[in-house]
Amino acid sequence: MMETKKISKVDLIFEDIDPREILTRVKGMSATEIIEEVLESGLKGRGGAGFPTGMKWKFCSEEKEKDKYIVCNADEGEPGTFKDREILDRVAQKVYAGMTIAGKAVGAQTGIVYLRGEYKFLLPQLRAELEKFHKMIHELGFDFRIDFRIGSGAYICGEESALFESIEGRRGEPRNKPPYPTSSGLFGKPTSINNVETLVNSVIILKYGSEFYKKMGTQFSTGAKVFSVSGDTPKPGIYELELGMSLLEFVNEFGDGDTKAVQVGGAAGFCVPRKLFASTVIGFEGVPTGGSMKLFNSSRSMYNVLHNYLDFFNEESCGQCTPCRVGCQQLLKGVESVKRGESKSTYIDELVKLAATMKVASKCGLGQSVGNAFNSIVENFREEIIY
Amino acid sequence: MKKNKMVNLKINNQPVSVPEGSTVLQAAEKLNIHIPTLCNHDDLCVAGNCRVCVVEHKGARTLLAGCATPAAEGMDIMTNSLKVRNARKHVVELLLSEHRADCTKCYRNQNCELQELANEYSFGDHIFLDLVGDHEAMIDDASCAIIKDDSKCIRCQRCVRTCSQLQKVSAIAVSGKGSEMKISTFHDRPISHVVCTNCGQCVNRCPTGALTEKNYIDSVWDAIYDSGKHVVVQTAPAVRVALGEELGYDPGERVTGKMVTALKQLGFDSVLDTDFTADLTIMEEGTELLTRLKKALVEQDKETALPMTTSCSPGWVKFIEHKFPEFLPNVSTCKSPQQMFGALAKTYYADNRGVDPENIVSVSIMPCTAKKFEANRPEMRDSGYKDVDYVLTTREFAVMIKQAGIDFRTLEPSGYDSLMGDSTGAGVIFGATGGVMEAAIRTAYEIVTGKPVPFDNLNITPVRGMEGVKEASLKIEGCLKEWSFLEGVELKTAIAHGLTNANKVMTAVRNGEADYHFIEIMACPGGCIGGGGQPIPTNMTIRQSRIDAIYEEDMSLPIRKSHENPEVQAIYKDFLGEPNGHKSHELLHTHYIERVPY
Amino acid sequence: MYQTDNLIKDLVKEYGSRRDSLMPILQGIVEKHNYLTDDAMVEVAKELDISAAEVYGTASFYSFLDTEPRGKFVIRVCKTITCSMKGKHEVLETLEDMLKIKVGETTSNGIFTLLETNCMGWCHKAPAMLINDTPYTELTREKINEIIKEYMHK
Ligand SMILES: Cc1cc2nc3c(=O)[nH]c(=O)nc-3n(C[C@H](O)[C@H](O)[C@H](O)COP(=O)(O)O)c2cc1C
Ligand code: SF4
Repeated sequence: MMETKKISKVDLIFEDIDPREILTRVKGMSATEIIEEVLESGLKGRGGAGFPTGMKWKFCSEEKEKDKYIVCNADEGEPGTFKDREILDRVAQKVYAGMTIAGKAVGAQTGIVYLRGEYKFLLPQLRAELEKFHKMIHELGFDFRIDFRIGSGAYICGEESALFESIEGRRGEPRNKPPYPTSSGLFGKPTSINNVETLVNSVIILKYGSEFYKKMGTQFSTGAKVFSVSGDTPKPGIYELELGMSLLEFVNEFGDGDTKAVQVGGAAGFCVPRKLFASTVIGFEGVPTGGSMKLFNSSRSMYNVLHNYLDFFNEESCGQCTPCRVGCQQLLKGVESVKRGESKSTYIDELVKLAATMKVASKCGLGQSVGNAFNSIVENFREEIIY
Repeated sequence: MKKNKMVNLKINNQPVSVPEGSTVLQAAEKLNIHIPTLCNHDDLCVAGNCRVCVVEHKGARTLLAGCATPAAEGMDIMTNSLKVRNARKHVVELLLSEHRADCTKCYRNQNCELQELANEYSFGDHIFLDLVGDHEAMIDDASCAIIKDDSKCIRCQRCVRTCSQLQKVSAIAVSGKGSEMKISTFHDRPISHVVCTNCGQCVNRCPTGALTEKNYIDSVWDAIYDSGKHVVVQTAPAVRVALGEELGYDPGERVTGKMVTALKQLGFDSVLDTDFTADLTIMEEGTELLTRLKKALVEQDKETALPMTTSCSPGWVKFIEHKFPEFLPNVSTCKSPQQMFGALAKTYYADNRGVDPENIVSVSIMPCTAKKFEANRPEMRDSGYKDVDYVLTTREFAVMIKQAGIDFRTLEPSGYDSLMGDSTGAGVIFGATGGVMEAAIRTAYEIVTGKPVPFDNLNITPVRGMEGVKEASLKIEGCLKEWSFLEGVELKTAIAHGLTNANKVMTAVRNGEADYHFIEIMACPGGCIGGGGQPIPTNMTIRQSRIDAIYEEDMSLPIRKSHENPEVQAIYKDFLGEPNGHKSHELLHTHYIERVPY
Repeated sequence: MYQTDNLIKDLVKEYGSRRDSLMPILQGIVEKHNYLTDDAMVEVAKELDISAAEVYGTASFYSFLDTEPRGKFVIRVCKTITCSMKGKHEVLETLEDMLKIKVGETTSNGIFTLLETNCMGWCHKAPAMLINDTPYTELTREKINEIIKEYMHK
């Protein structure tokens, strides 16, 4: 069994600090020094995919192009995730600082925050903060400017290449990869796209040092993470916890005493049933999460949960590739048909195979992750799904 | 990056090396390993969305789309592993579940890429639920040229890429998302009510029966069987070099003689040639050009619109009506050869043959879907009747041959009937990009100087070839007295095929960056041989073979200049008087309409 | 139907006429008029020199860029799992009762449109809804009553 940590709350992301002090120090550092520090910290992206941030910056910095972009992914569409909004609401300056640090590291002068349309109400306040920020970095001598782009209600635009398409004025359809964003991203230029929380983490790392950072979490999942806790819990909300705890620890802290399953990582994540709580590690070595933790107690029908997720994917798939576009429809119609008794219960097994195909044959992470929720719910709650 | 750098990889355990930048699919082709594809098309940019071409890269988390993945050093690819086969079968089954598989009644039966894949991957019962809803509501058949049937669409987006990339029209685009995603016109209007040029290039590239031409096969049979009707048929130049493909021949086979025999056997009363009116077009259009040049150069008339553009491609005509309406005065007023033929069939031909035009049914066989629209334009009734009653594509024509049980291969070749059946090489080359220009120059140069064009064998090679936009200029020397104003003039021409190229040329003209006198534009890639009504599939190699056949046909004919066509000479003597004369204007010229740009 | 007057020209002036100006321009129109008419899309297409089908195709991808008539206040009720567990149904019922319309419809006076939407990031304060850009959370019948009454007087 994997080693797990005790649950441990920290307060770094929302800590009230003066970004000027860190940026002044960063000003004196070379790009390589910044990248080294972030690499050393072991920071992995907080947007879901968990790619090492230092590596991303390194690749992007090695590109020879003059124009490069830093994109802050604030599309936060994963059901059950609301931490990026909270971060932007409370410590926007730290997000901008993270972008500026990234810009210095990769050699970019332009930053773009892609804010989901649902959070547009934050914009006036974010712009006011940005104005102050621009003034400050100007004084510090940074050649870096940030602008906003707003989404218009499409979950898939959180996927990095779909997000670029959207900024470029097109349908948010993910691109073929390679090429990856670090070599050909926004407007075909080298781009480092980072999640809101990832960027703030880079600020923390540069303030406290990678040694300090690495002490949190586990070997494979360093640092802490902001969790968005919702569902059947007496204390829904935002919590910053070290990575690497067991799900049992988590449920003991946040459950209502009757938790039968936790959906870790949103609709794209996995459903973990009670019997696996103790053996499940929350982190990149176990079940990764962009932060969404949804608890379900025994009054909930897992059929409804699954149906809700499938309905979500059915609408939010971009629709360009076959496995995802048609697969989502088949999974949704399929479970309905089995539930109504129109298809045999063994049809579920065909659907499980289909979900496996979607995982390997879909073009992007959306289609590839539909099977996570589908198969983990069907495997663990088969009776509830069929009858 | 160096161009000639090679990467080495293994596919199905066989080593292969390909130039950097090649895809896995191309590397597999090099080993003669077949990877099935659907959204991929040689003429179009990579999409990578159907996922039929997935392959396994050992050690990778997911499968890769062969068409969209660059071959990389050290790759270890399996194209036929269990994982790949299972995924591919699922993908095909999924496509079938959103497709109304009414194969036996489908126009594309036996020439359908989905059907082929289904044959390989999905026999027996369907695994998945049928997702096609009320299909009646999903069919748009209001257009006289193109039918769009969403119930058969598998969303590969080839049509969308064709319409934007090759044609710069984007009458269709992808709309909606998720399960609602579909191919749609502006706000889902009927295709007949949008900027669509009816060029049919999307039809040529649709892998299924979702986009087809509206077919008039039964109407033509009805006319043939009606003993009170005199049914005349004309065949466009590009049909004779492509029809064979529908009947089991390799691309590039010329079947002119057999085609004529087949038409006679089908029961047409008179089998005639559009080449005749192609030659007539040269006389009319050439004269129009010379007149415009004279007005502009000698009379310094500012009103005269130059450059003049050709008007024989109805896809191009509709394009310019939508997109560059300010240049409509620049379009030659000549009707297309099809419509000149139609107008004469019910006048000159009717008179000569003593048939009441009321009883003439005029059919044309075209490489083109836009010709269907053209024949239905309200202006095209100068004979007092609908000048051309029915337009059949090369494909529809092949269906009729099959329906009639004709064994095409064993047919004895025969010649066209006379009166409007004489063909020259100049008429034939109308079928290839650059052909109208070449035919026009062969004639105009000779009219102006009294000498044949200064090219070997009359082959004006600078205007030939597959380049998207060609430019050629010809210095006119040794003019006859009446044309002396042209002495020393450098005639500047441009030739574009495919509407994206047309758009380029017209944009240059609009921006004042080009000083052409005469522009030939064909809506379709390669010209009419690549028309929307031609056999499916199409690609560069196929189009090139058809073009080669066109020039062979040109060389094989005894007369290769329009003005030497004896029937053309006769019609001016007996009926029309002179080019651009009164009668010509009545019957052979037309006007254009400004249309909305969406 | 509405007239865009100079709105589109102004938006083009502000954001430019390149393809990547498309989203901000469409968003600007929707901010003012809540949906895109065919005329508006055609005008944008002309300004940006792209086809109208592409403008429509792009707009129809985004659920906030409606191409069907919408009221002055567009209510979007979250239907994703937590809100659905925590009373989305009552929220919709209350709204349907008050406005006398069903999901997907617009009141006859053109003031309210009632829609559903996917997770909008307020799961910890479910159930939630957006009215135009403003989120409302931890909804109860009473709360909804008050909110809607307020909008009725706007
Ligand atoms: C369907 C889909 C939706 C996504 N949504 C988001 C999102 O809302 N926010 C985000 O930061 N990353 C999202 N991602 C991940 C991004 O593609 C990308 O990996 C991430 O922004 C990189 O930042 P990071 O390395 O800091 O995590 C999504 C990915 C997929 C496949
Ligand atoms: S997996 Fe889904 S969301 Fe991703 S490209 Fe394919 S259809 Fe679009």
